[in-house]
Amino acid sequence: MMDVVADKTQLDISASIELLRERWPDAISHDNRDGFSGIIVDPAQLDDVALAIRDELGFDYLSSVTGVDYLGIADHMEVVYHACRTSGGPALVFKAQTGRDDPRVPSLVSVWPGADFQEREAYDLYGIHFDGHPDLRRILLWDGFDGHPLRKDWQEAYFEEEHKPFDSRWPGGQVYRAEEKNVFGKNVRYPDDLDLGRLNDVSESDLYQGLGLGVDVQALDSDGLRTDRLVVNLGPHHPSTHGVFRMVVTLDGETIASLDPVMGYLHRNHEKIGERNSFLHNMPFTDRLDYISSMSNNLGYALAVEQLLSQGARYSPPTYRAECLRVLMVELTRIVNHLWSLGFLLNDLGAFFTPMLYANNEREKILDFFEATSGSRLMCNYMRFAGVYRDIPERIRSVANLVNDKVRDYNTMDYLTEMVNERLPRFLDEYDTLLTRNEILRERTVGVGVLLAEDAIALSTCGPLLRASGVPYDVRRADPYSIYPELDFNIPAGKNGDIYDRFLVRFQEMRESVRILKQILPRLEQSQGEAVVTKIGHTPRVPVGEAYGRVENPKGELGYYVVSEGDPKGPQNPWRYHVRAPSFINLTALGPMCVGHKVADVVTILGSIDIVLGETDR
Amino acid sequence: MAQTDLRALQDTEFPVPEELQANIAITSLDKIYNWSRRSSMWPLLFGLACCAIEMIGTAASRFDFSRFGFEVMRGSPRQSDLMIVSGTVTKKMIVPIVRLYNQMPEPKYVLAMGACASGGGPFKEGYNVVSGVDKYLPVDVYVPGCPPTPQALLYGMITLQKKIDGQSLANLDDVPWYGVGPSEPTPVPVLGPDIIDPRQMELIREQAQQAALEAPFGARELPAWVNPAEVAQETTVVEETQDGAEDGIDPATAARIRKREEAMARLAARRAAKGGQ
Ligand code: SF4
Repeated sequence: MMDVVADKTQLDISASIELLRERWPDAISHDNRDGFSGIIVDPAQLDDVALAIRDELGFDYLSSVTGVDYLGIADHMEVVYHACRTSGGPALVFKAQTGRDDPRVPSLVSVWPGADFQEREAYDLYGIHFDGHPDLRRILLWDGFDGHPLRKDWQEAYFEEEHKPFDSRWPGGQVYRAEEKNVFGKNVRYPDDLDLGRLNDVSESDLYQGLGLGVDVQALDSDGLRTDRLVVNLGPHHPSTHGVFRMVVTLDGETIASLDPVMGYLHRNHEKIGERNSFLHNMPFTDRLDYISSMSNNLGYALAVEQLLSQGARYSPPTYRAECLRVLMVELTRIVNHLWSLGFLLNDLGAFFTPMLYANNEREKILDFFEATSGSRLMCNYMRFAGVYRDIPERIRSVANLVNDKVRDYNTMDYLTEMVNERLPRFLDEYDTLLTRNEILRERTVGVGVLLAEDAIALSTCGPLLRASGVPYDVRRADPYSIYPELDFNIPAGKNGDIYDRFLVRFQEMRESVRILKQILPRLEQSQGEAVVTKIGHTPRVPVGEAYGRVENPKGELGYYVVSEGDPKGPQNPWRYHVRAPSFINLTALGPMCVGHKVADVVTILGSIDIVLGETDR
Repeated sequence: MAQTDLRALQDTEFPVPEELQANIAITSLDKIYNWSRRSSMWPLLFGLACCAIEMIGTAASRFDFSRFGFEVMRGSPRQSDLMIVSGTVTKKMIVPIVRLYNQMPEPKYVLAMGACASGGGPFKEGYNVVSGVDKYLPVDVYVPGCPPTPQALLYGMITLQKKIDGQSLANLDDVPWYGVGPSEPTPVPVLGPDIIDPRQMELIREQAQQAALEAPFGARELPAWVNPAEVAQETTVVEETQDGAEDGIDPATAARIRKREEAMARLAARRAAKGGQ
């Protein structure tokens, strides 16, 4: 018996699907739509099938859950699941379909607890009810919001047309401000049955009720002492929440009894806007997801669309040089991100700004290179489909760097070589000496915010957070892309899963990135002159289908689920553009990690997850 | 204090002896008041989105806005004079933002950093996005960019200092906080089915009543749009018949418009051809 089980966890995707089909011939069917893959599961059997997928087939890691509204195409809603194995390999895609009027699917939180926030998001944006979800509330918008905005028949206040470019702007050239069309002069749209008399803000009371705080909480301690629980709101305006993030913490004395993350304060409607945009148009928007590592976001999206494109006729993959450039940018971004996050982690620990300023110095050097190459320090918008925006310039010169009235001017390859071979290693050594064995740092971080490996996997955490718990899962190795298979690097992993391990893992990752960069530079020299810009990069003709492109972002696994439904001659817009944001899903683990610790530890634990709100709230 | 600083303060025709100029300045109340205010503006430590990263970059050692008197950022609104709205303002976030603004002691200033805070930016059409913080708060300086570079932000902050230099205590429009009694707090928006600005309650009620009578709720009919190119074409025709009469548009513009017309015609033809296939 054991042998059979061990075998099954090695089955590839199609064999796994066959096995499931044999077991549930009626409930499971192949997804036969053009360009689609995976299986469609009858919602009534979803629980059992999911259990089998997890326990028998070994897909222990639920990467992404999302909804899609197929109004006008098939008139149903679909919930799409991507499950992976932490041992590696591609994702198993399974879907559940439900009617649009009263969409209902069983919740999979009991199978993969990491589905928690993602199901809440699908409920919030699509109105899909997940039966059996322990706490099905809105997550990004507020309670009382009118409608479910990602439904295809829901229109925003400034709605103009289904697809960009809007006829009025191009070729028409009719430009007016959206405010002018709205009597209120604002981005608002009220339902027709608005009753101002009954208007009250329910968003907060529901939140507190969800925490069980609507009633007086008076617990009797074992020694008969009556204590009150205290509710403390951290955020949305708080220097240590790394953006507009809020935590509602219930305290028992100084100890945390429960913690509820509240988000959506930066919900900028990426996905709705992404469905109006054309494929290329979305590229700069991906910059603004994880705005510290824009280059890596670009890459994930480019990979997803390339997957779609590769089913069409005109597609040719990126050249070797383009791949090298991509890896160069992405690894530099990893260093930028970890410098930033370690600096701020130390900041949260009370080492106010000094470590951060040290780290930022190096970061600025890399940003100079980004600026010279892509034209922008932060929002690089650099990748294109099947290529990049342009080759690296010969010289880095920038008036932005006027120092003592001199314009800085370097040869790019020299600049990079010096940075990779000398500056960065030197800096990392120095930072290491100053911090790693620092007594205070260890005191505050060792054994704090522990996340066990099983929990880390079950909660779908990813990136350094998952690896610090001892799971060496890295998409660069688990499901390789670009030229990573030929590069030599290690995946650092921790043992104890505490904050200190996360610190070490990030540190080690920077060293590994430097190691990758050292291998990239000679490849760049060799491939000089190869084309990196392709026509398809700017005028993609995307065939019908779905794709899930995922990359190992500095913060974890970033996935793009893109569905294309238009005909290749019509408007080129994604039907669905979903971002599986690592920060968002990692936050599922925040509550469990904090319980039992002191208030002062909350900010450090949060800092050790390394979230960015642009991506959390999208 | 540097010697030149006191000299800069001098604002009177009364002569101060040369040897005392380093120590004594005779000046007007306006001048010394503005000078002291503009030279120690503490921004609120408050980041919203991507622009906040550039704001932190500006505060960090390379660009360092402390050099200009923005000494430290304070976490508490009660200790800050300047709110840098650095990023996309969402409907969910505008509520705390207005509350923070109300908690700041006067005199207080608002700087809208980036396209989002100034007018909605790339996310303007989003259903949860406020198209510019100035829909709710008075803004003193707008800094364009997405994100503005640190240099641009510094320029914006210096512009704010210039604005303060020009203010006068005699003009209550400039410095409303010297009026009689405490000033009114900005009303805090309410999250209903959509965000509700208390200042617009009357208008919303009116519209709701009209909507009950089947009129469109909140939509405004814009006057029919006139294509400037078409107008120009008519003028060009006139111009041709009159052979360069004085009421025609200048030839360069006419040529540009003609070119554009031709391009549009070509595009239309291409589209028609495509549709025919
Ligand atoms: S203006 Fe651009 S960079 Fe700034 S917050 Fe908006 S999207 Fe981000």
